[in-house]
Amino acid sequence: MFFIDAELIRLLAFVLGVIGFVALNAAYLVWLERKEAGHIQRRIGPKEVGPFGLLQPLADALKLMTKNLITPDGVDPILFKIAPILVMVPAIMSFVTLPFSDTLVARNLDVGLLAVFAFASINVLGLLLGAWGSRNKYAVISAARVVSQNVAYEIPMLVIIVTLVMITGTLNLHEIVTLQTGGFWHWNVLKFSASPLMPVAFIIFFICMLAETNRAPFDMAEAESELVAGAFTEYPGMGFGVFFMGEYANIVVGTSLATILFLGGWDCPLGLFPGVHWFLIKMYALIFVVIWIRWTYPRTTFYGLLNLSWKILIPVAFFNLILTSAMLKVF
Amino acid sequence: METQELQPPIVQFSQLSKLLDLCRANSLWPMTFGLACCAIEMMATGASRFDLARFGAEVFRPSPRQSDVMIVTGTINKKMAPAVQTLYDQMPDPKWVIAMGNCAISGGPFVFEGQYNVVEGASKLFHVDVVIPGCPPRPEALIEGILKLEEKLTGTRRWPRVEAV
Repeated sequence: MFFIDAELIRLLAFVLGVIGFVALNAAYLVWLERKEAGHIQRRIGPKEVGPFGLLQPLADALKLMTKNLITPDGVDPILFKIAPILVMVPAIMSFVTLPFSDTLVARNLDVGLLAVFAFASINVLGLLLGAWGSRNKYAVISAARVVSQNVAYEIPMLVIIVTLVMITGTLNLHEIVTLQTGGFWHWNVLKFSASPLMPVAFIIFFICMLAETNRAPFDMAEAESELVAGAFTEYPGMGFGVFFMGEYANIVVGTSLATILFLGGWDCPLGLFPGVHWFLIKMYALIFVVIWIRWTYPRTTFYGLLNLSWKILIPVAFFNLILTSAMLKVF
Repeated sequence: METQELQPPIVQFSQLSKLLDLCRANSLWPMTFGLACCAIEMMATGASRFDLARFGAEVFRPSPRQSDVMIVTGTINKKMAPAVQTLYDQMPDPKWVIAMGNCAISGGPFVFEGQYNVVEGASKLFHVDVVIPGCPPRPEALIEGILKLEEKLTGTRRWPRVEAV
């Protein structure tokens, strides 16, 4: 007789649920992006393929899957094929510890925050390996940019995280949200008792999240005016498709993290009916802002990007760290 | 460099290939690539008044590896021809070519006695699926050309044809 553990069933359900959630989001965020881009530019966006263009991601996915998978001459065959997976998988892994609601969390790790950042840093490695493996000068230049950009923006992001951990005293994401429940005045973004600069900290975190996921105005990875298609230049068909889905999955991870750390996760702003729907509302609102920023601002120069990080974000983040520690000590 | 030709599959499923053709017709990603003044009209087609995005064809991919349709917009010089040929070869199958404007169809106004530097039509280089006459064609004509390519793929036309009055 089979003995099926309840824990095993729960685990399987969560694996399927997380993969389904990420895949569905990756597909339909592309639709949202194209639709939103259209409306921002006074166009309509996809509308002919299905009602409101809703079948567009399906058509794109089937088309990409059936394209001829070229492996160009001179590429490193292993790195070339493994790189898209290295971008996609860590994003899915991060969802293991992200709490969607009070009860809806796959694994409530005590070092959840650390785990998410550990997985998030693999994303850059995937891009670098893909660009290096595809033996294309544009891809390698793009990868060098992405790595330096990510190193530059990891620092202010982690300084903000250190500040938050000092305030909450825990790395457990579930506990971080629990500490913020009870209305929007308890959320970390408005926790003025810890530091008057908390809204600034949230904005720095958000900017760093944009830069880490290579979104405009920091999309140096795919600067098509200079670098053909950046790190994905040599990827045909679904190789490119997986990279693209990985980018959207990383946006979902980043906005979920911003929601959990600063906006109170599943907590209702007025303290009524907390639940997973509030988490999703906040997350999708942030995703909407991410896309809005992309289609509003032009791409910065590379020097502008690094100057923003090293001359503005890092000093402000460190000042916030010192101020928070002083206020925690005094009050 | 070895060419990787797309072989026809040994087993064919009619309904599946119909579905795939429908998907391909509805997500024709053009290459970001322009040669002359017709490219300006192509840009206008992507912009807000004509909005190529309605058909899911606004994703201008900068890399030939990710694009499905090459819109040859403008005069192909003898000097430019190897580059155009390379771009075509770098696109993965299945791929299509739209020749936009008289220069890309036949050389247009550049065909005369003693002409030495213009390739007389994109079809001298590779197979062309749809031609769009005009000098340059208006954005509506490019949209009509893309609809024609969709019709070639699926066998049905998206909208009823409008008869000329």
